[in-house]
Amino acid sequence: MSMTMTQKILAAHAGLEKVEAGQLILVDLDRVLGNDITSPVAIREFEKIGATSVYDKDKVTMVMDHFAPNKDIKAATQCKMCRDFCDKHEVTHFYDVGQMGIEHALLPEKGLVVPGDVVIGADSHTCTYGALGAFSTGVGSTDMACGMATGKAWFKVPSAIKFVLKGKLNKYVSGKDVILHIIGKIGVDGALYKSMEFTGEGVQSLTIFDRLTISNMAIEAGAKNGIFEVDEQTIAYVKERSDRDFPIYKADEDAAYDETYEIDLSEIKSTVAFPHLPENTKTFDEIGDVKIDQVVIGSCTNGHYKDLAEAAEIFKGKKVAKRVRAIIIPATQDIYMKAMENGLLKIFIEAGCIVSTPTCGPCLGGYMGILAAGERAVATTNRNFVGRMGHVDSEVYLASPAVAAASAIAGKIADPVEVMK
Amino acid sequence: MIFNGKAIKYGDNVDTDVIIPARYLNTIDKKELASHCMEDIDKNFVNKVQEGDIMVAGYNFGCGSSREHAHIAIKESGISLVIARSFARIFYRNSINIGLAILECDEAVDGISEGDKVEADLDNGIIYNRTTGASFKTQPFPAFIQQIITNGGLVSSIQKGDIK
Repeated sequence: MSMTMTQKILAAHAGLEKVEAGQLILVDLDRVLGNDITSPVAIREFEKIGATSVYDKDKVTMVMDHFAPNKDIKAATQCKMCRDFCDKHEVTHFYDVGQMGIEHALLPEKGLVVPGDVVIGADSHTCTYGALGAFSTGVGSTDMACGMATGKAWFKVPSAIKFVLKGKLNKYVSGKDVILHIIGKIGVDGALYKSMEFTGEGVQSLTIFDRLTISNMAIEAGAKNGIFEVDEQTIAYVKERSDRDFPIYKADEDAAYDETYEIDLSEIKSTVAFPHLPENTKTFDEIGDVKIDQVVIGSCTNGHYKDLAEAAEIFKGKKVAKRVRAIIIPATQDIYMKAMENGLLKIFIEAGCIVSTPTCGPCLGGYMGILAAGERAVATTNRNFVGRMGHVDSEVYLASPAVAAASAIAGKIADPVEVMK
Repeated sequence: MIFNGKAIKYGDNVDTDVIIPARYLNTIDKKELASHCMEDIDKNFVNKVQEGDIMVAGYNFGCGSSREHAHIAIKESGISLVIARSFARIFYRNSINIGLAILECDEAVDGISEGDKVEADLDNGIIYNRTTGASFKTQPFPAFIQQIITNGGLVSSIQKGDIK
């Protein structure tokens, strides 16, 4: 029987020749990830299990990114709990202030994920690594605890939806617009329990960073994972960062998919998700005057160097509109450094933006840019639920870095094409 | 396992940010988390919820973040069971892993109103609306998952040696 990309990776990690959708399996884990919010709960459960050591100190990974640098005493206590645990168990990949970045930008950058891996993370956006041809998925703290103890997790083998990409994106359109377009089309539970598999000649025209953004938001369509076929770009990106050998899995020609969508990248327009669900998407022909108070460019979704460069191109020589607060958050220290070396930070600061140390901060309403009642933000983040970035009566509009930058300048939700005219 | 309680009803896409807002994720204290449960969509929830009550909701319950703080807050607030048309997948597996009872059943969601007295028999997969007299049949869990639930969650399953 034929299998999807995801099914092949899962079968290989379950020691099985074949698996089929719906089958319950126990798989070996190549990496188990947690952050400063989810790891404390996992540590409490790990201790309940009575395990004396982690299954592999090189494979357990913790990143202090959500409320770090510590936003208050309680957050400091949670980070300390993670730090003490990683010291005790000699966890190799513990990333604290100074080395840390937003986890889903940091792990690919550090070469900690390669094609064919199975990665679980106690963070819903763990699905990001599908961009590299890995099976990765978000789980809870209990799965993380049991994964740290045993190196295994249970899964129900998913069925899949296939997205066949063709063509190339237009100027000022990026991976964010692709995934918002898809979520707008299939809905926030359109891929519930399923894999989203991306294939077709159009994949090659997408940079790894566009792919990371697309896979990152697979969860926003309810998916278990969002995986891209491995190509030369993937291999080059990974080989630059890791010396591990890796197998490349391709879906069988006759693999069964629940649905297949053909997407012409050249037809995708800049897309904005209106409150309060990522599926409430609109393009500029449907967007009127929406005045804004804040812009956030960053997060695990869009805090890559490419994202900052796209924003900088628009900010260059222009000013952020009066009464708009523009917050730029490079996702990792390396991205921050590169943005500094290449003059991006100067462009942002001259335009009137602030540039923050890497943190998830405002994306989940933690800190570093919380909204008051009645305020609106355009953000390159991933969720626009009620109260996501602050007060329950505030609003978040999800968009690409180019749209966010254009909006900061215009003081309202704006099309980069118009702002750059 | 049999649960009895009054129904507290919500709509579709109840996300983890409204179940427990991220501003409270700087703690893992169960009681503190429960004291903010559902705060951003229903400020009155913590006042009206009683031990054993049953939460009833629409499609995609628990979508969003992987935070188990959401399950902890719901469980600690006294909710014994969540019935929904569907659950977001991370919420679904976390529920099984920590032993928060859940059931998917369209007919029950249609046939239960806020405040109705509900009884659910998990072993036989039957939900009764004791206020209206209606009953609804649900699909039982696969044996592998039922075993985790019977063991009291994933941690207990590992302790018992069911998952090595």
